Amino acid sequence: MLQELSWKVGGQQGEGIDSTGKTFSTSLNRMGYYIYSYRHFSSRIKGGHTNDNVRVTTEPKSASADYLDILVAFDQETIDLNGGELRDGGIVIADAKFNPNLPDTLSSNVKLVVMPFTKIAEEHGAVIMKNMVALGATARLVGLEANFCASVLQSRFGRKSQKIVDQNLEAVKAGYDTMSNEQIDFSAFKLAPTTPDKHLFMIGNDAIGFGALAAGARVMPAYPITPASDVMEYLIKKLPKVGGVVVQTEDEIAALNMTIGASYAGARALTATSGPGLALMMEALGLAGMTETPVVIIDTQRGGPSTGLPTKHEQSDMYAVLFGNHGEIGKIVLTPSTPEESFYATVDAFNYAEKYQCPVIIMTDLALSLASQSVRPFNYDAVTIDRGRLATQEQLDQVPTGQMFKRYERTEDGISPRVFPGQRGGLHHVTGVEHSEIGRPDEGKKNHVLMMNKRLNKFNGTELPNSVSYTGDKNPDILLIGVGSSIGAIDEGTERLRKQGLKVGHVQIKVLSPFPINTLTSYVNSAKQTMVIESNGTGQLFHLIQFFGLTHPEMKSYLKYDGTPFLPKEIEAHVKGSMIAWQR
Amino acid sequence: MATVKEFRNNIRPNWCPGCGDFAVQASIQRALGNLDLEPENVAIISGIGCSGRISGYVNAYGFHGVHGRSLPVAQGVKLANRNLTVLAAGGDGDGFGIGLGHFMHAARRNMDITYIVMDNSIYGLTKGQHSPTSAFGFKAKTTPAGNIENAISPLQIALAAGIGFLAQGFSHDVSQLTELIQAGIRHKGFSLINVFSPCVTYNKVNTYEWYKEHTISLEQFPDYDPTNRKMAMEKVADTDGLCTGLIFEDKNKQPFDSLVEGFKETPVVHQDIHIDRDFFEKTMEEFA
Ligand SMILES: Cc1ncc(C[n+]2csc(CCOP(=O)(O)OP(=O)(O)O)c2C)c(N)n1
Ligand code: SF4
Ligand SMILES: [Mg+2]
Repeated sequence: MLQELSWKVGGQQGEGIDSTGKTFSTSLNRMGYYIYSYRHFSSRIKGGHTNDNVRVTTEPKSASADYLDILVAFDQETIDLNGGELRDGGIVIADAKFNPNLPDTLSSNVKLVVMPFTKIAEEHGAVIMKNMVALGATARLVGLEANFCASVLQSRFGRKSQKIVDQNLEAVKAGYDTMSNEQIDFSAFKLAPTTPDKHLFMIGNDAIGFGALAAGARVMPAYPITPASDVMEYLIKKLPKVGGVVVQTEDEIAALNMTIGASYAGARALTATSGPGLALMMEALGLAGMTETPVVIIDTQRGGPSTGLPTKHEQSDMYAVLFGNHGEIGKIVLTPSTPEESFYATVDAFNYAEKYQCPVIIMTDLALSLASQSVRPFNYDAVTIDRGRLATQEQLDQVPTGQMFKRYERTEDGISPRVFPGQRGGLHHVTGVEHSEIGRPDEGKKNHVLMMNKRLNKFNGTELPNSVSYTGDKNPDILLIGVGSSIGAIDEGTERLRKQGLKVGHVQIKVLSPFPINTLTSYVNSAKQTMVIESNGTGQLFHLIQFFGLTHPEMKSYLKYDGTPFLPKEIEAHVKGSMIAWQR
Repeated sequence: MATVKEFRNNIRPNWCPGCGDFAVQASIQRALGNLDLEPENVAIISGIGCSGRISGYVNAYGFHGVHGRSLPVAQGVKLANRNLTVLAAGGDGDGFGIGLGHFMHAARRNMDITYIVMDNSIYGLTKGQHSPTSAFGFKAKTTPAGNIENAISPLQIALAAGIGFLAQGFSHDVSQLTELIQAGIRHKGFSLINVFSPCVTYNKVNTYEWYKEHTISLEQFPDYDPTNRKMAMEKVADTDGLCTGLIFEDKNKQPFDSLVEGFKETPVVHQDIHIDRDFFEKTMEEFA
């Protein structure tokens, strides 16, 4: 019996590998299993290897599994590239069409099952259904019903035609029956049952898109880029339903400037991009800071620099987001770790942006943005909308005639009332030049210092709620510090090490600005040693922590920058190795 | 009833005496007054340059952004509040140099915005470098031996980008310019009014006198038909871009906001942005 299943399907891009994985994972999610599914793809549409790795568990996990149990291959390249991930006793199910073979490098205990996927599909009406045959074979192997994916196929093809649904189901059944004839110890691959429980299934970008919709965002100008495009593609389907609009701009410079314009005129607006686009937005980011215009920017990090690894995972924009703009502005930077957190962080982002009248950047990484995961349903009642300090009409009526409204009034907390164009009595000027309380250019020494203080001191001493999360032992021998999507891998590593008797704590940082220095200090001080774990080549988080004033005599850095996210076993092994070295 | 007076404020422009931009300022104020608009329903978005200061010199909502990006900001404003009269304004460097891409795309996108460019064929604010509309051979700080690059034609570019309203004015003729701006604002869609607005300090070639001598009003051509795109293209080519008046207008072109699926008459800014529980749950169900 398998307590959990790690299954991968691979082939050439454009062959329906994605939809095979999605049909499998969505069906299991509907049955109550928890899914973490990570796609490998490259920047081309047809051709090139692609695969989808689906981890099926009976409790929530937010990382890929260490090993594969089953590899479904539609070409030899899939076996050559991924076979090494199979565990002892794992199985490759391959299409007979390409005369598959197992390379000698694979563990001798890996079994190859050759099945005529293509031929069976042809017999059932169409070659493209070879994926369905493979799903049927998988179902038989892991002890699911042959019709396990019926509801998903129904929602996918039912509107087109019932015939297509039935054909596909027959292909699934044919694969199922063919597998039955294999000489395999089926009991060893039987997936443990799960308790039926309802969860959603989505990528982080979906959660952000839905969060923006729920938070009242109604304008989204953006320029397509992997891995951010899904956010705009989601909202272009949804915003027309609520009177909003998505505009595909000519570039990211236009995208952020348009976002600023929309927000200045009173809409909740956002844009989404990745590293290269973020670089183009830097001047406008300064404008948003200087004019205290609330904007929400999604930065879905991918492999850099330059075009880098556009479809691969990395966490290397932290410096750029925090320090990339010229001059000095206050901004809020949120780094959720899961789709669920991404949803609520997006709702928060719009409220923070308007409360503090500043840009808010939500940083994800490729794994968080694109991995499909089971997610607890979101709570409608937890979505609140706070537009921040807006001038009332009575206040505006009190502005003496011939005078302008003090949009940049210097208040105790540095936050001034806003008005939107179109409001009577609210006339004022907005400029990126240093300005007076009514927004007139004023480059005087005294004014500049006062206005800098107004803008920069808004966050003084502020630590936003849920800036970090903590799991594991109190007063640990080692404290693991991570950010973004690594939460699942680090948590699993932590649990395994604790089971081996080590005292391990895990803190995940959810807000980079204002940096949660107080909470982090107390955790760090409680630990004998610390290790900062991140997906980049220079240790950005490791250095940031110290930049913001945290010190610890035993602070180590664990980096990975090969384009793939951390696996639980990597965390486990690395931390263990470091503890042994340290104890010597 | 608003008049030109309501659009004046007590700010003294920091432009050099004689700068062509004063006439543009006056024309905008008159046009807005003549159209009987209220200052609070007008937003003027400008870029950076001497000309970019204009958003502070008209009594309306004003936004002075960064260099070359007035149009993206202006389009954002229009998306949020389609009831506003939105003007964008700036210089030739701002609009046809650093911001050229935005200009062509704004023309193509066709939101209901009126764009006024103060074209002096020089970078005024940065004290006298050549601009994208400086002629071949033109001497400036950055072309001491004469410009070896060719000037672009904003008018041809505008037509090539599919603009729905195109006009050209001259700071010397405030009444013509006022009318052109009014017509541009009335036009439902994107409009460009390119204005020859001499820089008296750094451009000693393209002076008021020079423009008077070299430009020709389209009124001189009784057969000219500004609804004829081909004629417009030809006239711009024939006059080397030195014609003034209404060059082209396509009244049938629909503006962006009237084509957006699901866009409401009520501007976004006035809508209730809360979504109801039912819609929330149904939308969430799509992820199950
Ligand atoms: C990104 C950026 N680059 C350069 C500048 C410097 N700069 C300010 S105005 C300007 C050119 C102004 O020329 P134009 O747009 O023709 O306006 P004018 O002053 O002639 O009215 C330049 C290059 C800037 N402000 N921002
Ligand atoms: S430098 Fe030229 S463009 Fe600038 S204000 Fe003076 S005259 Fe006008
Ligand atoms: Mg100029």
